Amino acid sequence: MSTNNRRKMVEAKEIIKVYGSFRALDRVSLDVYDGEKVVIIGPSGSGKSTLLRSINRLEEIDRGTIVVDGMDLYDPKTDITKVREEVGMVFQSFNLFPHKTVLDNLTLAQIVVRKRSRHEAEEKAMALLERVGLASKAKSYPGKLSGGQQQRVAIARSLAMEPKLMLFDEPTSALDPEMIGEVLDVMKDLAKEGMTMAVVTHEMGFAREVADRVIFMDAGRIVEEGTPEHFFTQPTHERAKLFLSQIL
Amino acid sequence: MSIEAKKQIIDVGDGAAIPRKSDRGLFTAWRIAFFGAIGTISYLAYSKPDPYLEILKFVPDGIAVTFKVTLGAILLAIVIGLITGLGRISKNRFFNGVASLYVEIIRGIPLLVQIFYIYYALGNIVKVPAILSAIIAMAVCYGAYMGEVVRAGIESIAKGQREAALSLGMNGRQAMIHVILPQAVKVILPPVGNEFIALLKDSSLVSIIAVADLLRRGREYASESFTYFETYTVIALIYLIITLFFSKIIGVMEERVSVNK
Repeated sequence: MSTNNRRKMVEAKEIIKVYGSFRALDRVSLDVYDGEKVVIIGPSGSGKSTLLRSINRLEEIDRGTIVVDGMDLYDPKTDITKVREEVGMVFQSFNLFPHKTVLDNLTLAQIVVRKRSRHEAEEKAMALLERVGLASKAKSYPGKLSGGQQQRVAIARSLAMEPKLMLFDEPTSALDPEMIGEVLDVMKDLAKEGMTMAVVTHEMGFAREVADRVIFMDAGRIVEEGTPEHFFTQPTHERAKLFLSQIL
Repeated sequence: MSIEAKKQIIDVGDGAAIPRKSDRGLFTAWRIAFFGAIGTISYLAYSKPDPYLEILKFVPDGIAVTFKVTLGAILLAIVIGLITGLGRISKNRFFNGVASLYVEIIRGIPLLVQIFYIYYALGNIVKVPAILSAIIAMAVCYGAYMGEVVRAGIESIAKGQREAALSLGMNGRQAMIHVILPQAVKVILPPVGNEFIALLKDSSLVSIIAVADLLRRGREYASESFTYFETYTVIALIYLIITLFFSKIIGVMEERVSVNK
């Protein structure tokens, strides 16, 4: 990999996150390079979601440092909202705003945070809805959409902010099987366009196809890391082998 | 991460029961009580104009005052409640502490005592009309209850909504204004309606500090004409009609809101 001379989008060092006496993250270090697609997998409770959520500080870490796009998240001088403007996030449960139409879901933050005019925001929103194939649903409320459609809207909503990095927290885990494909397709397109992505998922096909690097976590640690070929064909760690044998 | 699906039910049940179509028994009871009260009062006024019609002519001023007190107090209480509710969930320890203390103190003192207290305490500092003092006392009291309603309403909105707003770069205030509160309002509306009805009834307490509300006007009439039983019958029926009327309106409003999703 020729990532060494590329710019680091995320630089997490030795981070520790504790819930009571439970170590959710145990000295985890992770770099994500500009344009890179990192897929994080592992059994539930391994800390992968916690790691992802700590990158935009939805989760507060107890020790370590995280630098995103050159901004140190825990530097008192850092305005965390500025970091979050550059980091899009897609949640397992979509979290669309149910009281707003699909269009307004996409324009709200553009207007409130990016200070764009309504006209400009709507133009951007419609272009993105077009791209995820949901322009016809602009005036609908999220409750009227299927899970797959909602998640595509949620991705479009994040993209409307023109983020430099996208975080996906198990984006297909709450979906009926027949809807997983449409969401993954949108994500694959995004990957092709060069978006920097960190994805927590159980979709091994997606990992194999899209990932530049696969990270396997267990018990709050990164236990194996490498290219998809390496990871899926010759994992070295016992825990990773076991996990793969169960999931594949 | 688990998907948050909990929906809290806020139940501050000190208002009149608000009839819903789904609750058949209550719906029928509402009709019987409402139309029964109107029928009774009409019949009495028609068959025995003295004293019943005389009483009915005497009390409308009082009804107006009751409405003034109720409306003034509920609006002020909503403002106080909003601030208190936000204080109760605030991470700012001072703001939170003040709001919590206010709720604890107010909820521990009977409303009647508060009305007296504010009337005389305020009277020591500035000269305010009794009606204003009454409105303030009612609002201060109900603001504390309203604060709890607002707090519960905000907390009932799934955490993911706030996270989504924050992840889009909004700050806490923007997330509250654009995402959380508009959704919380729908949850809060029914209990606020409840509080309104309860406040309407409790407003009769202000008659104690020389505010000429419905009850006070009735007492004035009764003590001059010695028609205590007749007067209080009319007063009770009027309160009943007003209360039932508003509970119906609130019930309809709620249905509208829940349909408009």
